[in-house]
Amino acid sequence: MIKKLITISLTLLAFTGWNSATAQDTIKMGALATLEGAFAVLGEDGMRGVKMALEEFGYEAGGKKIELITGSSDASPDSALRAARKLVEQDGVPILVGPLSGSEGLALKDYAKTQPNVTFVNGVSAAQDTTLREPADNFFRFTTDGAQWMAGLGEYAYNEKGYRKLAVLAEDYSFPYTQVFGFLEPFCRLGGQAPLDARFWVPIGNKDFSSVIAALPDDVDAIYVALGGADAINFLTQYGQAGGELPLIGGSITVDQTVLGSRGRIREHVVGMPSAGPISDTWDDPLWQAFTDQYRKQFPDGFPSPSLFAHGYYISTKATLLALDKVNGDVSDGGKAMRTALSSLTFETPTGTVSLDERRQAIADIFLTEVTVDDNDNLVNKTINVTGQVSQTFGLPYQDFLQYGPVSRENPRCE
Amino acid sequence: MMKGQHSIFGHFFTNDSPSLWIVAAVLLIYPAISSDFFTFQIGAYSLILGTISLSLMMLAGYGGMVSLAQLTVAGLAGYLMAIFGENSVGVMGFGWPWWITSIWAILLAALFSAFIGTISVRTEGIYTIMITLAIAVAFYFFVRQNYVLFNGWTGYAGIEPPTILGIYWRNPIPFYYLSLVVAAFCYWAVVYCSRSTFGLALQAIRDNPRRMQSLGYNIVLHRVIAYFLSGFIAATAGVLLVWFNGRISPGSVSVGVIIDILVIAVLGGLRHPIGPFIGAIVFVLLENFAIDLIDRERFNTVIGLVFLLIVLYSPDGLLGLWKKLWTRLIDSRKIRPNEIGNELRTKSADSIETS
Amino acid sequence: MQRFLNKHPTRAVFVLLAIASLAWLIFSVWPEWLIDLIGRKKTFVNTLINGLTLGGLYFLVASGFTLIFGLMRNVNLAHGTMYLLGAYIGYEVAEFSNNWYLGLIAAFIAVGLCGMLMQLLVFRRMEGDDLRQTLVTIAISIIAADLMLAVWTGTTYQFTPPEWLFGSVTLPIVSAIKSSGEVVYLKYPLFRLMVMLLAILVGVVLWLFLNKSRIGMMIRAGVNDRDMLSASGVNIQLIFMLVFAIGAGLAGLAGVVGGTALSIAPGEDIRYLLASLVVVIVGGLGSITGAAIGAVIIGLAEQFGLAYLPTYGVVITFLIMVMVLAIRPKGIMGK
Repeated sequence: MIKKLITISLTLLAFTGWNSATAQDTIKMGALATLEGAFAVLGEDGMRGVKMALEEFGYEAGGKKIELITGSSDASPDSALRAARKLVEQDGVPILVGPLSGSEGLALKDYAKTQPNVTFVNGVSAAQDTTLREPADNFFRFTTDGAQWMAGLGEYAYNEKGYRKLAVLAEDYSFPYTQVFGFLEPFCRLGGQAPLDARFWVPIGNKDFSSVIAALPDDVDAIYVALGGADAINFLTQYGQAGGELPLIGGSITVDQTVLGSRGRIREHVVGMPSAGPISDTWDDPLWQAFTDQYRKQFPDGFPSPSLFAHGYYISTKATLLALDKVNGDVSDGGKAMRTALSSLTFETPTGTVSLDERRQAIADIFLTEVTVDDNDNLVNKTINVTGQVSQTFGLPYQDFLQYGPVSRENPRCE
Repeated sequence: MMKGQHSIFGHFFTNDSPSLWIVAAVLLIYPAISSDFFTFQIGAYSLILGTISLSLMMLAGYGGMVSLAQLTVAGLAGYLMAIFGENSVGVMGFGWPWWITSIWAILLAALFSAFIGTISVRTEGIYTIMITLAIAVAFYFFVRQNYVLFNGWTGYAGIEPPTILGIYWRNPIPFYYLSLVVAAFCYWAVVYCSRSTFGLALQAIRDNPRRMQSLGYNIVLHRVIAYFLSGFIAATAGVLLVWFNGRISPGSVSVGVIIDILVIAVLGGLRHPIGPFIGAIVFVLLENFAIDLIDRERFNTVIGLVFLLIVLYSPDGLLGLWKKLWTRLIDSRKIRPNEIGNELRTKSADSIETS
Repeated sequence: MQRFLNKHPTRAVFVLLAIASLAWLIFSVWPEWLIDLIGRKKTFVNTLINGLTLGGLYFLVASGFTLIFGLMRNVNLAHGTMYLLGAYIGYEVAEFSNNWYLGLIAAFIAVGLCGMLMQLLVFRRMEGDDLRQTLVTIAISIIAADLMLAVWTGTTYQFTPPEWLFGSVTLPIVSAIKSSGEVVYLKYPLFRLMVMLLAILVGVVLWLFLNKSRIGMMIRAGVNDRDMLSASGVNIQLIFMLVFAIGAGLAGLAGVVGGTALSIAPGEDIRYLLASLVVVIVGGLGSITGAAIGAVIIGLAEQFGLAYLPTYGVVITFLIMVMVLAIRPKGIMGK
């Protein structure tokens, strides 16, 4: 028995003595994405973006080697927090890129406040409050949030399509709230309507939309749909099957590659569906072309075209490496100089210029797109318009923007 | 059978044997010899998960009721901390002082556990598992959809332990000792309870409810009280868990985590209160370091396989495995007289178990 | 019928009234005040049929679950895994052979074989030990879910049903009368109606098999007294394997049907396991009739919840379950 206890304590000791010293000429960089669970496919694509940026820099920045340490979550904030703690407190990374989903981002922002000497660069998490309300000084987001992603779509629906009254169908959690807010705010400001009783909030993971479809009103001009992944596929199929005839408008992940590339029969119902988001599959800018070519070359087993997850993680990692270059890889001051460099960083990405506002939130270009069939008979999003340099507050002063209040099922009321 | 059990394990873990003191000493000096990360995220977290699993072990081991709603009770206590105490989300948050909040949260959650008990005690065995699982999932869906009380999908953040005596109790070392004290207390309470009249009656009810009923025992009442007590333990750990994470959301009470608690308890062994803690340490180490050893993507396969092997080959968990090895070790040496007794008692315990 | 009328005259009147008003709700043209009260008729009737068809799907999954439990008293918590596996296998076969029916049959057979294997390798080894069986099936479902994720990734799959099953049919139910006087009839997806028909068919065949066939009689005898049956010279292990194969096969079959009516993605295993659990708990474990009743109740509750009370729709089903348990701990048809 005593032997057993000695073994146990020796094992514990062995584990506890693990904090190995960091070599002077390498910098550890943590990258956190959802590598397990149902969202693993998305997290993997995010990691591809990280590796692309590192490859581009030859795994070196500011004269130092970069050592990548990956962390994994299952898309729940608790698991993201545990993985981040492990990376920061056990592996001792001074820089952490991630996470992927909105609620994870909020959790990491809170955690960032307790680790002032570590620099956090967001992956692609897109919750508004991560940087809008009570931001953390050491949390940087070079990607845009869910409301920014909708830039230009509300105006397009009102002015170009001539819609005046809409129904809304969205999943019942914070990300779709943010998207609905970003879409409806300009649409309603112009005079459009989206009555509260025509907004349908379905639980995430709902597969059977037939009753919701039956409950959708007839007296509207179009339906704004903010569903993601399997939910979007199910709705689009069932809407077609039920003989639905109203035009649809999509949220950023309603008609992205994960939905368009699914094995099924959504094809006939989605062509022509407008949407908006941080990337566009057919953007003809040479930088974007080079980016997609490199993606396909480096990852033959990836998606046909980089998803917004690969794109977002790529931009975030690249920003980190650029800042490290600027300070010659010196993070010995607890990363202070590097964070100053990050704050003032402005750089060209495959999707236009990106810079940060005073709350360290990206100002970037947003694409207005429409689903179309390309030459290879694949469904892709075609660029219709680019809204340049969209800020988080839609150009309003910060205090004025706060007047809108937090996103919710009833914001904006739009009556 | 429990009696035999106690003579062998009780000897090592609960009596004044040197091994107990060594375990206690290791646990006490652990923070001094380990990094903050190991103190907090491995040490304290294992203790908290172990305590929640302990509440399951108590119900399953002594009461024969495998409840999958223990994490739900812990989660409810966490939510109540956010609702009655302080949070940074701007929903609810009555700002009661921490000690009223925690007592109130633990009490309400324990009552909730008793309520789960009243619903499920009328059922037995497999029904209990299914019904508690269904209640747990219903709770998950409810908190996910309800914004008024539980703030829906987003849940609560900014739930802080208090600063008392000038110590901020979230700091790794104080928090570790806090978890250790709670875990030790719960452990002691379970051991004590198992030997009390109530505990013995509960075990007898588990083994033969009909006989106990005819002897005049109120079976339902005993079981509901067991649910209440185990809920009390789970809720106490739940308060620590919400302080540990600083936040709570529907993801914290989802099916995956519910199954994790069951895995921990079974991994360690459902026969003795030390089992859940052993299971928790193994689980937490795997969870944190599997990514360095194997591909994290297949973490679930690894944990599932470990779980499967344990269930198939050592129904009493790692503890049972250890017991077997230990017995074999003694067999191979010369058996000393004082151990023959233990040996025989273990054997007889096993034979009763399987019958 | 006559006896029921004589015994409970008031109850009979209530039942008749309920049937009559339901028929009126379905076939009449709704007056304005009713539309003001509970919304459009189209929504109501559609939701009603949706609930019934979803109940059909739930019955397909849950009947296998309840069949296995009824005879062997073991709860196969990997039942949802069987559903998902059947769907994936069926998809591969249907894609490869370009034949949906072949996918359906392949799923039934392949998953049926898996079920037999599980009975042979796992359940037989730990007969009578409920808890261990449950834990083993949980372990299997954890591993299987992860491996299926590795093979089929997180992508969503949908089957392409045969041409004649796709699209909608017009039902002889008036949905509304336009201001021009034109009568609008209700349209409904044909495949979903077929799901309900298939469920009824499977239910009837199961009932006949259990009540009229020789093997069925043995199975029922085994439910009542297993030891007596094996003592009378029946190879009970063989019967166990057969029942396990049918139960698991039905889950696999349901996977293809569900993947055609809805879709297939990781996480569906837990979803349908929970659905089966609730259905059989409400209906009563081990009873085919109970599974049918439970499936209809849960299907209706889910759809009406979604249409009329979307926020708490998902909670309703579980509340129904708790209520049923409070009144009848062994479910509606449980013994």
